[in-house]
Amino acid sequence: MGGFPILSLMLLVPMVGAVACLLAGAKAARMIALVATLADLVLGIVLWANFDIGGAQWQFAERAPIFAGFSWALGIDGIALMLIMLSVFLMPICILASHSIEKRVGEYMATFLFMEVLMIGVFSAQDLFLFYIFFEAGLIPMYLIIGVWGGQNRIYAAYKFFLYTLLGSVLMLIAMLWMANEAGTSDIPTLMNYSFPVHAQTWLWLAFFASFAVKMPMWPLHTWLPDAHVQAPTAGSVILAGVLLKMGGYGFIRFSLPMFPEASAQFAWLIFALSMIAVVVTSLIALVQDDMKKLIAYSSVAHMAIVTVGLFAFNVQGLEGGMMVMLGHGLVSGALFLCVGVIYDRLHTREIDRYGGLAINMPHYATFFLLFTMASIGDAGLHHRQ
Amino acid sequence: MDFAASLSLIVPELVLSVSSLVLLLAAAWMGDKASQLISTIACVVLAVCFVLVAPSVCAGVSGPDTLAFGGQFHADAFAGFAKLMIYAASGATILVAPAFFGRIGAMRAEFPVLVLLAVVGMSVMVSAGDLIAFYIGLELNSLASYVLAAFLRSDTRSSEAGLKYFVLGALASGILLFGMSLVYGFTGTTDFDGIHLALSNGLPTGAMFGLVFVLAGLAFKISAVPFHMWTPDVYEGAPTPVTTFFASAPKVASVALTARVAMEMFGSEVDAWRPIVIFAALASIIVGAVGAIGQSNIKRLLAYSSINNIGFLLIGLAAATAAGVSAMLVYLAIYVVMTVGSFVVVLMMKDENGQQIEGIADLAGLSRTRPVLAWCFMIQLFSLAGIPPLFGFWGKFVVFWAAVDAGLFALAVLGIAASVISAFYYIKIVKIMFFDEPADTIRGESDWVHWALLAICTVLISPFGFLLTAWLGNLADQAAAALFLLA
Repeated sequence: MGGFPILSLMLLVPMVGAVACLLAGAKAARMIALVATLADLVLGIVLWANFDIGGAQWQFAERAPIFAGFSWALGIDGIALMLIMLSVFLMPICILASHSIEKRVGEYMATFLFMEVLMIGVFSAQDLFLFYIFFEAGLIPMYLIIGVWGGQNRIYAAYKFFLYTLLGSVLMLIAMLWMANEAGTSDIPTLMNYSFPVHAQTWLWLAFFASFAVKMPMWPLHTWLPDAHVQAPTAGSVILAGVLLKMGGYGFIRFSLPMFPEASAQFAWLIFALSMIAVVVTSLIALVQDDMKKLIAYSSVAHMAIVTVGLFAFNVQGLEGGMMVMLGHGLVSGALFLCVGVIYDRLHTREIDRYGGLAINMPHYATFFLLFTMASIGDAGLHHRQ
Repeated sequence: MDFAASLSLIVPELVLSVSSLVLLLAAAWMGDKASQLISTIACVVLAVCFVLVAPSVCAGVSGPDTLAFGGQFHADAFAGFAKLMIYAASGATILVAPAFFGRIGAMRAEFPVLVLLAVVGMSVMVSAGDLIAFYIGLELNSLASYVLAAFLRSDTRSSEAGLKYFVLGALASGILLFGMSLVYGFTGTTDFDGIHLALSNGLPTGAMFGLVFVLAGLAFKISAVPFHMWTPDVYEGAPTPVTTFFASAPKVASVALTARVAMEMFGSEVDAWRPIVIFAALASIIVGAVGAIGQSNIKRLLAYSSINNIGFLLIGLAAATAAGVSAMLVYLAIYVVMTVGSFVVVLMMKDENGQQIEGIADLAGLSRTRPVLAWCFMIQLFSLAGIPPLFGFWGKFVVFWAAVDAGLFALAVLGIAASVISAFYYIKIVKIMFFDEPADTIRGESDWVHWALLAICTVLISPFGFLLTAWLGNLADQAAAALFLLA
């Protein structure tokens, strides 16, 4: 691909689309959003096709020192590529799944496209502060998506989501500032090879943990997730479960593990303990839910706990397994939320009791639902190897 | 340095003083019907001064060549940077005033003149290199401000605001003068650099008292906790264009003056004043955040928001490094833009008769009835909360970076944790505008001046603002360096 800034282009396309959606009418906005997300999907496929597996660690790198204090630095490795592909794949589906949104379509599509910019930005940022900006900025569109287009209890859920995640990530900012001071650069690849003093690693690790554990979410910081999932519109839940939760896992892989290896080893017991509790407790909680979305939300917490166990196993299999679970969970939970959305649009219920006999009236739907449910069970069983 | 050279350094102040006096005479002769003309001329004068000051800021001038009248007046890049913000904010005030006062028949020709006189005072404040110049500038600004607060003579709220501001302001001036007299008594000079040198051999107890009193008086002017009590009342009672002015230009002048006093006058006594500034910073952030939550009047809420922002500015000062002062200036520039933008939105909150609305509940559902206004206000609010990718984040970012750089971890962690509390009330307004059912009381139209100002402020603090970071940071660095010549 030479020096062509394809990652910047992938950020630009939805950004332009978002502005256009704000100005356009409802019908045009749907079209613009679909075209923009599809264009990004095509760009993503081009990116994938040109990605040299086994080649340089960082590919498609772009550096433009246009800001003070940090630079516009993009670039991806295989992990980032996988998550970017997941994002650009889910986005057109989200746009298509939003046909039942009737109110304020232009603004809705604009927030989703803005969200896409931020997701791709998070996974491709190569500068500490650029990463933080993309990471934190996701709060604004998600706050609006839950609050404006959400269910009955949406305001509580929106507040909870916003404040929980903000409190988690501001501490990370202080840690990042310290790191940039200490190492004299905010370039992520450089920082990954920098060895921070061991006593400082503990604090830095905890600050990053606060942010990623909330985002992921890890037990006992997960309580914002069921609320946010249940109240968000279908497409919002898909994005939340499919991509936003992965930012936490991505953060662990990108920052905590390579930058603070000693601290990670030191705190592995904490991660294991929290994850094991999470798997058991949230799975049990999921058992007694009568709201389908809540069930998926709690099962997501359990899945993400398996991811963290895999990541902190400190071996290739664990890392690989964790990533596979992330990818699988992104696709499967997204699909399950879409299935719930299908019923909700028709019957306006998410109660599991009301699903009785659906297979008679909606046989194809039931088959797919079964398929995705099995996948959700199975992907944990298949990839959970440490 | 001879007299002519000194005069050449104070050309912007000369232009401002002469034109404000001429305009005062014109206002007396021509009466209130000339208020529009006088407002226009006042804006032009401010624009001229802006152009006069800009080169010195871009060149980053400092050192002996910038001292006028034997060091009483510093025309350095630091003063210039503050002056640019003061002129711009004051110009915005004069632009929005006619529509506000005109509707109720209260537009008087003295309004732009009073603003200009306050600007002269502020210019002297930020350039002061001597206790006398410091006090004269501060009082000129304060006296003009007291009159401005009570500008709506027939309105009891406005009169109350003017009176409160005057009584408490006079008390603060007294405290300040007492502190200055102690400093003078124990150092034998009124010159900032002279005081710096006199104190570099150790701080006498009397001078320590003087330092505390001077800082207390300045804390009143910048409305830092615990001297903030007047702020919500005055901001609420004063006519909204005047509140816009109070929240922007005098804040800049007082903060810049505080920085100069702390760095130049007490530059050798950082350890003595740093705990005071740290306390004021944290207390302002927390009181500003918690106090705003229960407010139902948008002007009161923005008053608490300004107290909160002063806390973040003081974090930059507490770092007591060139990077800290530079961060403070960057924050100040962004703060001025956000404040003017927010108050322009408040000015645009009108019912169908053009009556001003100040209730936060009236904003309900604004995104459906007035989407453009609601989106612009939302951008201002998220920016005030410091959420990226809006430019307000950059202000907090540089300030915290300076604090971490200076080793003030506890301050940075506590400050940033408290910023989450302040985020709560900003997103509460967003919730009211975007999630609630429309109240549909805000129906009045606004003229193009308001829309243009709002558009400028919104574009500046949108993510495009980040393109300015390198340029703004460079100017602020140069300006901050001017304060550290003695160090």
